[in-house]
Amino acid sequence: MASETIVSFRNVSMQFPGVLANHDVSLDIHKGEVFALVGENGAGKSTLMNILYGMNTPTSGEVIIKGQKMTHFSPSEAIERGVGMVHQHFMLVPSFTVAQNIVLGREPKHRGLFYDFRKAKAITDSLVEEYGLTVDPADKVADISVGLQQRVEILKTLHRGADILILDEPTAVLTPQETDELFSVIRRIVKEKQMTIIIITHKLYEVMAISDRVGVMRGGKLVSVENTADVNERILASMMVGRDVLLGQLDRNDPMVTDNEPAIEITDLHVTDNRGLPAVRGLSLTLHRGEILGIAGIEGNGQSELIEAVAGMRSFRKGDVIINGKSIAGMNAGQVRALGVAHVPEDRLTTGVSAPADVTDNLIVGKEKLPRFSLLKTHMKKRAMRQYAKEISEKFDIRGAGIDTAVGSLSGGNMQKVVVAREFSFDTPVLIISQPTRGVDIGAMEAIHQLIMDKRNAGCAILLVSADLDELYRLSDRLVTIYEGRITGEFTPDSIAKTEISFYMTGGRKEADA
Amino acid sequence: MTELSTIFNIGLLQNTLRTATPVVLCALGCLMTDHVGMTNIGVEGMMLIGAFSAVMGSWVCGSWWMGLVFAIAIGLLLGLFYGVFVIKFKSDEFIIGVALNTFAMGLTTFLLRTLTGQSGTFHAPEGNLSTLPRLSAEWLNSIPILGDLLNNNTLLVYVSWVLVLVCWLLIYHTPLGFWLRASGEHPQSLRSAGRSPEKMQYLASLLCGMLSTLAGAHLALGYLSTFSENMSNSRGYIAFACVIFGRANPPKVFLAALLFGFIDALGMRLQSVGISSALTSIFPYLGTVLMMVLVVWRTERRKKKLAQ
Repeated sequence: MASETIVSFRNVSMQFPGVLANHDVSLDIHKGEVFALVGENGAGKSTLMNILYGMNTPTSGEVIIKGQKMTHFSPSEAIERGVGMVHQHFMLVPSFTVAQNIVLGREPKHRGLFYDFRKAKAITDSLVEEYGLTVDPADKVADISVGLQQRVEILKTLHRGADILILDEPTAVLTPQETDELFSVIRRIVKEKQMTIIIITHKLYEVMAISDRVGVMRGGKLVSVENTADVNERILASMMVGRDVLLGQLDRNDPMVTDNEPAIEITDLHVTDNRGLPAVRGLSLTLHRGEILGIAGIEGNGQSELIEAVAGMRSFRKGDVIINGKSIAGMNAGQVRALGVAHVPEDRLTTGVSAPADVTDNLIVGKEKLPRFSLLKTHMKKRAMRQYAKEISEKFDIRGAGIDTAVGSLSGGNMQKVVVAREFSFDTPVLIISQPTRGVDIGAMEAIHQLIMDKRNAGCAILLVSADLDELYRLSDRLVTIYEGRITGEFTPDSIAKTEISFYMTGGRKEADA
Repeated sequence: MTELSTIFNIGLLQNTLRTATPVVLCALGCLMTDHVGMTNIGVEGMMLIGAFSAVMGSWVCGSWWMGLVFAIAIGLLLGLFYGVFVIKFKSDEFIIGVALNTFAMGLTTFLLRTLTGQSGTFHAPEGNLSTLPRLSAEWLNSIPILGDLLNNNTLLVYVSWVLVLVCWLLIYHTPLGFWLRASGEHPQSLRSAGRSPEKMQYLASLLCGMLSTLAGAHLALGYLSTFSENMSNSRGYIAFACVIFGRANPPKVFLAALLFGFIDALGMRLQSVGISSALTSIFPYLGTVLMMVLVVWRTERRKKKLAQ
């Protein structure tokens, strides 16, 4: 194996306003290796890679790419040096075709002025052939799957001449099969083209599966660099958080349930999405008290619309949802909540919190008319509110700069804890929870999982949607898979393997070879 | 019968072209900003200032082309002004647009009074203003209808037709056009390709300023050869509506503007047969409302089609 150094960070520090994102990082990347960079959210992985890609200029220290010292460089200079980055959010123009996206910024021309569409297609075709990543150059990016979009993104960076490829959480949006395909592509281009791959992730089994070496970041520092063969997931996890968290057992007790009436009963539900297209197509399920029902599915298969319909945020055209014995047809979110429902929405920034408002106000929302917090439902009792916010912050371990901070300035994990704290403290018998730990670090994830489990043990009925299979397996009593708005299977977590369940998440059909 | 022929004749089509041209030019400018993701309703004010600067240029220098040069130069400045506020200072584009419109109204009225001492409508003291030349080709006269229609229009009418084609080629058939559209649709993807979306936005706002003031120049020096207060009279907004109606695609926007021109011209014709001008003057706006209803209806239908 080649061990020639291709990229080297020397004492790199990056100071953002109020946050030291990278602290004295020194790291050598070797030519032709797959290097995994792991760490919790906010550990500084993305910042370090953005520095390499020229998007951030480090406060101090230097970056050496292929022997050349780089200071104050832009992404286009990084591209020139052969550095390519596949971002977590794809850099693709939806209305352009695959070929047009691949050549964006360096379009072939004819007569020195006009766009040469034929040549753009030819370029794409030859890239497809060279790297074995099949895409149709004429397809519009908006019309193709996320997995294919990622291929386009990779081809685009390869077209720009990249031989150092940074992949920022590439598997977050992929199905297990797509992940496997991506990994085989990575292996192939590393072997055949002598590419150097840096992969940012927080899925540790992927690190074990794909990387040659692994770097662990914590709190802006690079705490360790190891040969992947010398470590395991458990060791890596404890390096990431500085303590042993992986495989921690949740306290799952027999729930205290006094009745067997279903808490939520959904029959033949039909819901449309924002574009008016059917998203949920005849879905039925029943949820009892004292259980967690997990819904597993690839994003965009109707789970968002389902949750919104059950929470009263979206009307449904056909079927019925009965919560605690009452139909919620025609009810708004407030009326549904009055039936004893709390809801942790999937996107905390848009529907979970008011980002500019402070922690106190965000924790009070929904309780503002209680006599405890307001006089005659009009005059807010500030002192009581603050007192309450302090109690709740302590109880739910919301860290950050205190209850007067704007929620928008908290880290993802603490912001999510604010949402969870507010919703869980309604003490409702039914909880609808969507993506409870998306973009949250392991410490906060552990805490939130335990809170959810406690609610179950106390006899709550919990409907849980998550894109994270590990999370669903860890929490759910029952699992259903959803595909194109329909339930495709029901399982208990210990009755089906994760690799097998993805078969049902993709409609129970084998994907056509792409 | 005689009444019908006084309404529907070659003059109606000629008037259609005349009234549509400023809207076409302005809409071409407006669609540039639309493609880079800026909603520029300031085109109304830009057009008004363009009309004023064209008249002043023509009056002071005594030639129509200096009027055009004035209008274009001022247009570029206005585009830069709009760009700096919206792109650099990230101000709300609507507020800047509205500010531009009210400012244009006040500024032109004020300058008209202080510079020329006249108010309401400007009359050149030395006699007639130098206006845009009209072009004709002898051989076209032999063709009926088409000859009357295509001949004897002002320079900018023909320029606007060429510009429709040029803009269409630019947007859909050059790399620059793809960068313009990428900067509106997904600026980060353009940035990661090593090109600056901001540059594209500046380019679009400069083009928008230039084309909008050119529209004003045609308004003032085309057929009327005068400036009057608020002479743009909401044509900028109608151009804006045409951009939405034609989905910012130049040929489609051109057709939308022609449709508007036709409705406007029809209104004027109807006045001549005794229909109240109070009624006919709502025609263009009624047309705009109908266009918008059509836009909504069309998108709804497309949604339904997709759903099936």
